[in-house]
Amino acid sequence: MTFWAQAVEIARVDLRVERRLGDVLRVVLPFAVVGLLVFPFALGVDLSAISLIGPAVFWAVGILFGMQVALRQAAHDNRERRDLYALLGVDPAARFVGRTISGSVLMVGFLVVLLAAMIVLYSPLLPQGWPVPVIVGLCLTAVGLTELGTLAGEVTAGLRNRTALASLIIVPLALPLVIGGSQTLESLARDTGILPWLLLLVATDLALAVAGVAMARSLEEASR
Amino acid sequence: MLSPDDTSLVGSNTILEAAGASLSGRSILRGLDVEISPGQVLGVAGPNGAGKTTLIRLLATLISPDQGSGLVLGARLGSPDVYDVRRFIGLMSHTPAVIAELTIRENLEHAARLRGEDLKRIDTALRVVGLAGAAATRGDACSFGMLRRTEAARLLITRPRLLLLDEAFSGLDVDAQELIDALIERTIEQDGAVVMVSHDQAHLVDRAARVMTLSAGRLETVT
Repeated sequence: MTFWAQAVEIARVDLRVERRLGDVLRVVLPFAVVGLLVFPFALGVDLSAISLIGPAVFWAVGILFGMQVALRQAAHDNRERRDLYALLGVDPAARFVGRTISGSVLMVGFLVVLLAAMIVLYSPLLPQGWPVPVIVGLCLTAVGLTELGTLAGEVTAGLRNRTALASLIIVPLALPLVIGGSQTLESLARDTGILPWLLLLVATDLALAVAGVAMARSLEEASR
Repeated sequence: MLSPDDTSLVGSNTILEAAGASLSGRSILRGLDVEISPGQVLGVAGPNGAGKTTLIRLLATLISPDQGSGLVLGARLGSPDVYDVRRFIGLMSHTPAVIAELTIRENLEHAARLRGEDLKRIDTALRVVGLAGAAATRGDACSFGMLRRTEAARLLITRPRLLLLDEAFSGLDVDAQELIDALIERTIEQDGAVVMVSHDQAHLVDRAARVMTLSAGRLETVT
């Protein structure tokens, strides 16, 4: 079986597992929407200024809960499954790519629904022609976050304090993604050009993809 | 990439020479000398904590020796050569490796697709292990015996050259034990080798041509 066929099979099964478990759509997403609702109350923001903080709250909540989406595969991973894949001859890099594909699909869906909820709840002032660039930025951010989550899951595989460690790895490394994603909309509003921010997202995604594929084998071996 | 049936790059010898292995810095296995030839069934008995699972994981190439050396299906342990032979190793470990959210059939399809096997084998394997009527049952609704049968079906589909059984008979009824026996027979008929470990020597004596005991990390020949 080719590398890509293995990656697609891993992604297909992961999405099927998610469809049955509903980790993202039935568990994380409703809590994230509640997070959007309560954020202004936590900050004590004047309700008349609420439309100004909508995008910032979206990114804060999106990253916070997005981390759960990014790490969901690590939560289901165990030694038996890793051993099984190794003995079936699955290329660890194909596994990384497959998990990134399925995770990205879920992350894009999660962020898009959260964005729609933010628009409904906060009625932010959005610049003309925002949908396409913002969705592109959102997709690139989603891919990067998923790659980061998958990589963090692999780095911490087999460790007892895996959950805490993986989150700590993601937060600082997600900064370029948060900056790129949030500045896409900000630059659009100021009419200062979004290309540099999209390029930052593309470069981060590529760097994480290269790191994930290149390190997949050694990380898998080290996890035993 | 190798096709599932292409064993031309796979050697037949599995040899450990003064091999040792450690876990978290603690020495588990020491000075193991053993040779397993095609067509042989080796049984290893030992009490809990003797290192049986570590021995199985060493032979499965999932860990590398930190002393001595070893070959598994002709690939030197600890070298990148093991990546090519892993697909010819079948492992039945303590905890069945079944994805709980998938049905029995989906689990088998997933394994067959990843290994590039013909999906037509699945129906035959399900019939042989007696799960044809339960193929749509999800892993999290299966009993331990059903999960073991699912693993047996997967091993029938993937036809390993080296079959490793870690306490495979524990907790199984007579029918399921006979199924594992059939799996062993089939592996031997196809010129493969079998290593099985158990805390209960009675599970091994009738099945293995050679039985060894593992005590304090060292192997000793019994028969």
